[in-house]
Amino acid sequence: MKKSRYSIFSLAANAVSAHRHWDVAWRSPPPAPEYDVVVVGGGGHGLATAYYLAREHDVGRIAVLEKGWIGGGNTGRNTTIVRSNYLWDEAAHLYEKSLQLWEGLSQELNYNVMFSQRGVLNLGHTLQDMRDIVRRSSANRLNGIDSEVLSPADIKALVPAINISAEARYRVLGASFQPRGGVARHDAVAWGFARAADRHGVDIIENCEVTGIRREGDRVTGADTSRGFIRTAKVAVVAAGHSSVIADMAGLRMPLESHPLQALVSEPLKPVLDTVVMSNAVHGYVSQSDKGELVIGAGIDAYNGYGQRGSFSIIEGNVAAIVELFPVFSRVRMLRQWGGIVDVCPDACPIISKTPVKGLYFNCGWGTGGFKATPGSGWVFAHTVANDAPHPLNAPFALERFTSGALIDEHGAAGVAH
Amino acid sequence: MARLLMSMVLPASLTEPTSRDPPKMLTIDCPWCGSRDQSEFSCGGEAHIVRPAEPETLSDAEWSDYLFNRKNIKGPHAEQWCHSGGCRRWFNVIRDTVSYRVISVYRVGERPPEGGP
Repeated sequence: MKKSRYSIFSLAANAVSAHRHWDVAWRSPPPAPEYDVVVVGGGGHGLATAYYLAREHDVGRIAVLEKGWIGGGNTGRNTTIVRSNYLWDEAAHLYEKSLQLWEGLSQELNYNVMFSQRGVLNLGHTLQDMRDIVRRSSANRLNGIDSEVLSPADIKALVPAINISAEARYRVLGASFQPRGGVARHDAVAWGFARAADRHGVDIIENCEVTGIRREGDRVTGADTSRGFIRTAKVAVVAAGHSSVIADMAGLRMPLESHPLQALVSEPLKPVLDTVVMSNAVHGYVSQSDKGELVIGAGIDAYNGYGQRGSFSIIEGNVAAIVELFPVFSRVRMLRQWGGIVDVCPDACPIISKTPVKGLYFNCGWGTGGFKATPGSGWVFAHTVANDAPHPLNAPFALERFTSGALIDEHGAAGVAH
Repeated sequence: MARLLMSMVLPASLTEPTSRDPPKMLTIDCPWCGSRDQSEFSCGGEAHIVRPAEPETLSDAEWSDYLFNRKNIKGPHAEQWCHSGGCRRWFNVIRDTVSYRVISVYRVGERPPEGGP
């Protein structure tokens, strides 16, 4: 199928015909009996994996199997924050690769993902917070990542609505600031990658749930799905909260636990916040969408959950933190609240790895912070699947690190907030 | 009064709770204190993980499996809870991780009740 490029000219031409003749963004082919690579999971990471596999690697026919609809999982449920200011070298390099891909992504995909580099603030409320911030900021700069340490007065100049008074229960003592960080339109990321992957010949198959992984000895031979058996020698699993479920089908145990993570948005307001404010200590993060809604992220519930909803007490504590930082928001009403299922790793870092089963690859464990890594995650995972070997950027994120002990402890820098 | 007016104006399906409402995990039955708000409890993760008796005899892979790998079950899941805002005692709960419904509660050292995982 011939597809037109999106441009000012195609927009004008389609306006003339009242927008009745736009091409579909991606085809809906029936699953073929056999593919060279099957990607399980049609979220941002899975679609990015398929896109980079098709564009940069000669692997033959590729399918993306999605049990629901494209972008209906965590890709459409996060708070859209993008940054790369991680403490440890391994994580910093991975997320910085991703940030660099974000910077050209709209042009690359010919799809406006509305990437807005409005800066990300990570607040410090205690002396120890500030020591950690100075340390992380210095580590970031050594890794070539932009990072500044701001004083309360600097923060106030950047975010006039914030409360920096000495009377605050958790006084703001400073912040780290990454100017190149920001937000992107999360649905557009899924749709843009889906459309671009489709243009490179990837079959995107929605409403197709994987129900089994078939093995012959220690080698993958295919996947049973709700739409029949699909033969393949390579299965790339990018199933987020359901990674353990898929791993179980292949007889693997994973160092993962799935938890509900909640977020909420307010009624639309006039522009009041033109950057992203995050605080690990009081546990809240907030930005304002282009529609004017405050987009607020909460934390995970401590219990395991696959229900795409969490406890009200989490929202309560989260909103209390936001109102503490922004007393002016106290009368803002919330419009919607929802949950996603995040697969949390013991060291708060992802697993992008081969497995003991030949031809079976896992990209999981992104926990609460996967959205920012969408393009980079797909890029390194495509390399791993195509070459049956990790790229140097994701080699430290192998499953073996839980046996060797070479964990990448990002709990401090990634913290609870993403 | 408001509810009465609403029930006169709106069809029953909008005012009455229905079986389609998701079951909520708002309270947990502490074996010692009875039914309390979930926010009084803290979750201690998967139950019945036994620390290896002789860790020095294990391979790295076996030790890693004990330390890090978890069942992460979708469905009825045996887990440890602590009544941290109450009697501060630990106990076991079988809870559906999809509906979040508490299926049964039993004390530490007891076997999971019939029908448990």
